[in-house]
Amino acid sequence: MTLELRLLDIPAVSMVLDDHDATVPEIIRGTGHLPEMRVDPIALFHRVREECGDVGRFRLADKDVVLVTGSEANEAFFRAPDEVLDQAAAYPFMTPIFGKGVVFDASPEERQQMLKNQALRGDMMRGHAQTIEAEIRRMVADWGDEGEIDLLDFFAELTIYTTSSCLIGRPFREQLDGSFAAIYHQLEHGTDAIAYVDPYADIESFRLRDEAREQLVAKVQAIIDARLTRGAVPREDRDLLDVLISIDMDADTITGIFISMMFAGHHTSSGTASWAMIELLRHPDVMADVVRELDELYADGSEVSFQALRSIPVLESALKETLRLHPPLIILMRLVRQDFELLGRTIPAGTLLAASPRVSNRIEGDFPKADAFDPGRYIDPRQEDLQNRWTWIPFGAGKHRCVGNAFAMMQMKAIFSVILRDFEFEAVQPLDSYHDDFSKMVIQLAQPSKVRYRRRSAGRQS
Amino acid sequence: MSFRVIADTDICQGHQLCQGEAPTVFGFDKEADVVVVLDETPDESLRTEVSAAVTYCPAFALSMEEIADE
Repeated sequence: MTLELRLLDIPAVSMVLDDHDATVPEIIRGTGHLPEMRVDPIALFHRVREECGDVGRFRLADKDVVLVTGSEANEAFFRAPDEVLDQAAAYPFMTPIFGKGVVFDASPEERQQMLKNQALRGDMMRGHAQTIEAEIRRMVADWGDEGEIDLLDFFAELTIYTTSSCLIGRPFREQLDGSFAAIYHQLEHGTDAIAYVDPYADIESFRLRDEAREQLVAKVQAIIDARLTRGAVPREDRDLLDVLISIDMDADTITGIFISMMFAGHHTSSGTASWAMIELLRHPDVMADVVRELDELYADGSEVSFQALRSIPVLESALKETLRLHPPLIILMRLVRQDFELLGRTIPAGTLLAASPRVSNRIEGDFPKADAFDPGRYIDPRQEDLQNRWTWIPFGAGKHRCVGNAFAMMQMKAIFSVILRDFEFEAVQPLDSYHDDFSKMVIQLAQPSKVRYRRRSAGRQS
Repeated sequence: MSFRVIADTDICQGHQLCQGEAPTVFGFDKEADVVVVLDETPDESLRTEVSAAVTYCPAFALSMEEIADE
């Protein structure tokens, strides 16, 4: 039986955007739901659940995508072993960014090994917390008493410094400036879903992507050259770059590895910090509770790098609720390698299987008033994250659950501990005007996304 | 009231944060790289520590179940 016939018992979602319409770029005409996914993916994914239920399908060029939602289907999705549901093959838009030979994600076994040996280990967190605090203080050092920032520019630059410093090493970070962040952003902007037709298509966003990658390779090459000229340094001053140079790895491969290491932690953290700020500005009562909690917590002069590793319940709840409503990844995909049984249906090999944090996180039955920002959901006894561990999935779930989530939460707590104790913020554009740009697979805040800060004076001491 | 501790070793990622929170309740199997529950029904006095381990488990691999008294 052909793939097409075997999928017939899975309901297909309607088409609302004619894929032959004149407004659709020629290269993706006739590709099913691909044009809609480039314009309004959220409406598409929600419609799959509304029209088809827990298991529905849509089409991206020559691939059928089966999108599952709800606890039971999500659990099956997240528990499946890698040889059945393959993650790496499902993201063709990432290959040209990382470069050939650099994988999208390691196997669970490799991830576990990395965790033990590498930067995300629990006992490394204290050092990371100190690094992150120092990076935030550097970013706000020249702020003066009041001014304006763009949330995307600010947090995208800050998280370049924090991720590079914590994951690659401080010497490498010290050789970066704002231009690295700008080029990296260009690279993230190259994740156009057109890659499902051809990741190397001759289009503007892919040309910019490839130029950006070349610029990053050149920057890394310059840093390598400087280190070769400088010669060896004592062991304690070495970072990951020195290690990779010592095994004669070329700049292109090193850059690919660095891009991939930073990728998972960059746009995700940057977006979450921005949205947390926006939600706090939209909910002044929650902002007041968070500021009060931080003022009390730090009243004894304790350090951010110490507290960020500990419980900060009100801030944590606000962050969790931000993540639920604005998960940085709205769809997670796997390529089905072997026929897969799911809720009594067989998903044939060759299909793309997907779960949607954006849709699952807003299932009304699991999260009453699902569209409302309500940090009270996480307070005992509601604990809507733990109660719904297969549908509260901003970090995914199962073996592939974001291995950096503890790092990410610590980073968020450190950022807000510093900026909310020293400054107060206000929106400088209508609160409902802040929104995401969904035109690429990597979602970023749409600009402008400006806020105004003012240094707190008496408030903190009194 | 008492409670039971459950670890899902299929999804444990080996972060070992639970051992920091409640070292008498959680151990670690180095061979398998996963958590081992040392005490499935810990004393009520350990509820806060175990509850923190469940909340902060980066893999969401732990849970607590209330046991009704006989």
